[in-house]
Amino acid sequence: MAEAKFRYIATKRRPKEDRRFLAGAAQFVADINLQGMLHAALVASPYSFARIKSIDAKVALALPGVHAVVTGAELAAATEPMMSGLDAPKLFRWPMAHQMARYAGEWVAVVVADTRAIAEDAAELVEVDYEPLTPVTDPEAALDPASPAIHPEHGSNILFRKKWTWGPVAEDFAGADRRLAFRARWHRSSTVPIETFGVVASWDHARQLLDVWASIQMPKYPDQLARALRLPGNGVRVHFDVDVGGSYGVKRGLKHSILAGFLARKLDAPVRLIEDRLDNMRGGDAQGPDRIFDMEVAFTNAGVIRALKIRALDDCGAHAGRAPLQLGKPVGAICGPYRVNSVEYEAISVTTNKTPQEAVRGFGQAPTNFALENAVDRVASALGMDRIALRRLNLIRADEFPYTIPSGSAYDSGDYHAVLDKALAAGPYDALIVRRDAARAAGKLAGIGVVTCLEPSGGNSSFEPLFNPKNDTTTWMEACSIKVDAAGSITVSMNTTSSGQGHETLASTVVGEVLERDPETIRVVRADSLSALPSNSPVGSRMAIMLGGAAAGAAKKIKETAAAIAAKKLGVAPAEIDYADGVFSVRGEPGKKLTWQAVCETAHRRFHELPDGMEPGLQAFHVLEVPTGGTLPTADGRVQMYPCYSFESHVVYAEVDRVTGQVTLGRYVVGHDCGTMINPDIVHGMTYGGVAHGIGAALYERFRYDDQGQLLSGTFMDYLIPSSHEVPDIAIVDHCTPSPLTAFGQKGSGEAGYLGGPAAISCAVNDALAPLGIFLAELPMTPGLLGDLIATKQK
Amino acid sequence: MSSHAITVTINGRVYRATVPARMTLVDFLRDELRLTGTHVGCEHGVCGACSIMFEGRPIRSCLMFAAQADGASITTVEGLAPEPGGLSVLQDSFWETHALQCGYCTPGMLIAAHALLMRIPNPTDEEIREAISGNLCRCTGYKQIVDAVKLAAERLSGKNQNG
Repeated sequence: MAEAKFRYIATKRRPKEDRRFLAGAAQFVADINLQGMLHAALVASPYSFARIKSIDAKVALALPGVHAVVTGAELAAATEPMMSGLDAPKLFRWPMAHQMARYAGEWVAVVVADTRAIAEDAAELVEVDYEPLTPVTDPEAALDPASPAIHPEHGSNILFRKKWTWGPVAEDFAGADRRLAFRARWHRSSTVPIETFGVVASWDHARQLLDVWASIQMPKYPDQLARALRLPGNGVRVHFDVDVGGSYGVKRGLKHSILAGFLARKLDAPVRLIEDRLDNMRGGDAQGPDRIFDMEVAFTNAGVIRALKIRALDDCGAHAGRAPLQLGKPVGAICGPYRVNSVEYEAISVTTNKTPQEAVRGFGQAPTNFALENAVDRVASALGMDRIALRRLNLIRADEFPYTIPSGSAYDSGDYHAVLDKALAAGPYDALIVRRDAARAAGKLAGIGVVTCLEPSGGNSSFEPLFNPKNDTTTWMEACSIKVDAAGSITVSMNTTSSGQGHETLASTVVGEVLERDPETIRVVRADSLSALPSNSPVGSRMAIMLGGAAAGAAKKIKETAAAIAAKKLGVAPAEIDYADGVFSVRGEPGKKLTWQAVCETAHRRFHELPDGMEPGLQAFHVLEVPTGGTLPTADGRVQMYPCYSFESHVVYAEVDRVTGQVTLGRYVVGHDCGTMINPDIVHGMTYGGVAHGIGAALYERFRYDDQGQLLSGTFMDYLIPSSHEVPDIAIVDHCTPSPLTAFGQKGSGEAGYLGGPAAISCAVNDALAPLGIFLAELPMTPGLLGDLIATKQK
Repeated sequence: MSSHAITVTINGRVYRATVPARMTLVDFLRDELRLTGTHVGCEHGVCGACSIMFEGRPIRSCLMFAAQADGASITTVEGLAPEPGGLSVLQDSFWETHALQCGYCTPGMLIAAHALLMRIPNPTDEEIREAISGNLCRCTGYKQIVDAVKLAAERLSGKNQNG
């Protein structure tokens, strides 16, 4: 597809939704205030593993203002367990613990009161008698069949274990000149939005309808909520016009919502459940991947990487959540942007007595990219070869697309060499080398990281059938509808919440582009879940592709209809109508024309002038299947995971303080190719933010547990989020390889920056530590960790 | 628990209320006055989402009790614009550079930047980063926020003729 010229797309335009946030006039879930609303506070287990012997709520219930105390047992009896996503029929999970508490912070009871303060007071008065059990906190210990079973009915602590072999791995390893192996450790962190999760639920007796407002970013949330509450799907109405204060994957408070919905029905009153920060960090079930990679690489003396063996062991915490499936998505980019002949991948998910995980930006790809890029640097180091030359040698070439990797996914398009070159030029890399060497000469630890990473985009659910053969889902559609009124005003309806991605700007820009109407005049509204068309929410870097594609599809139908109306009125065939700048005209006879407004008025008022069989009014909707979607994995686990592949190359200069271990990032460049950017400011913003998030995961953020399973970093005093001091002035260099699979050549970008950042920073730090003979494949590289390691080597 | 009668001037309007001793200032603003532009992020004074102008200085309203605000003059994000429905130069500059995504930290960020520009009309990048370093943003990586504050400073000092 040639690079097209656009009217509104790819131009600088002020995002549509920004104004309400700047005015302090947004509507977040905590801003919703219903008449008679009650407030919930949670009683959490202090033990990481314990049997719940009894719960005594008498004193709590006696406190004035308290309406109810509900235990996990009562809730479990009245609701369906949440789905695990796995073929594990004896793995049960309810919003609150019953019988056993499986991690410190797990909810065991909830108090509902007139105010949050009273509810918190009462929560402290609930007396729970526990019998502590021996926790499992080490994921490798959890592999041992003799480890205490956290879910006894399931029978072991292994939730998922499968090995795939794609291509002649054994032959490639046996025939390779060289092999190396190492272990990479990605410790547990998460996206930790500044807004915690919250939900308000209200039960309407007269209509038998549960209304829900939530800070949610979750596919199938209304369906799963209704199912758990034993309500029909049309008995739950989720309002999507709630502004979500950041998510990046994790805002999937299904358990909170089931609980709030249950309480609202039980008490016949609106109930609000807003996490406080400790609830969020410890009991919000929103931590991220916690992974041990055992990497093996087979390569030639010339530096050609032939084969990979990857064993990924993930500590999913106390319940499955989305953790096992986060081992699945990386199958779609398991060898990164490199030409690798064969791959073996073993994915193992174990349960331990820690907080469960939720989907985190990239869905497991950022840890995988970190392991892959360190593997590439290790190969270069082993061969004494320049790591950039090694990458150039192994990167898929621009003329090889579409390129199918051993695990079955075809990469749509790209020019990896060009993006790498642009990033190096922007460094500029030569100057960074001079700077590094001068710093080293002055006794400093200085290094440069250069990585090349993929962002699979267009969020499909192919990992679900891959990990659970009983799940035969092959569509992950997204929809959009458009109504044009008699005066020509356009209203676009989307079907999910947003959490900062600028979807109103996206949809209005795309519709404006197709209909040649100013996006500023286009209103974007959000359906509720009962009026919505089927959609799957903004996950997997999909909305530019999926909402953009659905909006374009609906707009094209509007344009066709309008042109048909104009053609009839002008007395010609529709094929003879031209449309430009809001005017329909007869080709070759520009004097014979009708305005956009005139056609819209006709559609709404003059049925007698409409083409035969046409419905009155001017409206359309489009439900888009994921491009390349629609098929199940093959028997040997080959699958087209996501349709589009964005690419990023990071060039990072870092210095490590020899005494404190503090890393300072002195230069940060991202070369980025996500195809056509619908709104460049939005794409750049997400990329800067992704890098900042990557800096956190690489250097600071860690949910640290002691050996009894107690979370040691549950506040912002000890779980450290990068501030404006830690995030340098990042430079982005754009490149555009349009995708052949999408409406305007766009690809996804919601995970940009984060998918390469931790890899790049770790490679820069390793370059800095190389003179000391240190190689460290462990994130986060906190000052304490690095300082101690450097001290050991300097002795 | 004791209650306290307080009189507070917020965004130019005088409010009189009786508050429980333990009610934080941010809960008073949000839950009692329904000024929900000010947000709660951590309730332990780190994230800065609850920042407000208090007697001309930026403070964290989660770390103060409402009773302590008796007699004080406060500006929240709702009071930054020169007229209802408008945007201040700073707010408009945030829009121009897209200095926000989810918008949750934005009110606190605006307060921090507003306080900076009152103190230092033409701040350096370092001064801007210092001024917003107590306000955590998870979306932006801060770059477009720094750009916005620089743009606002230029506009306010008349250097930017487009402003």
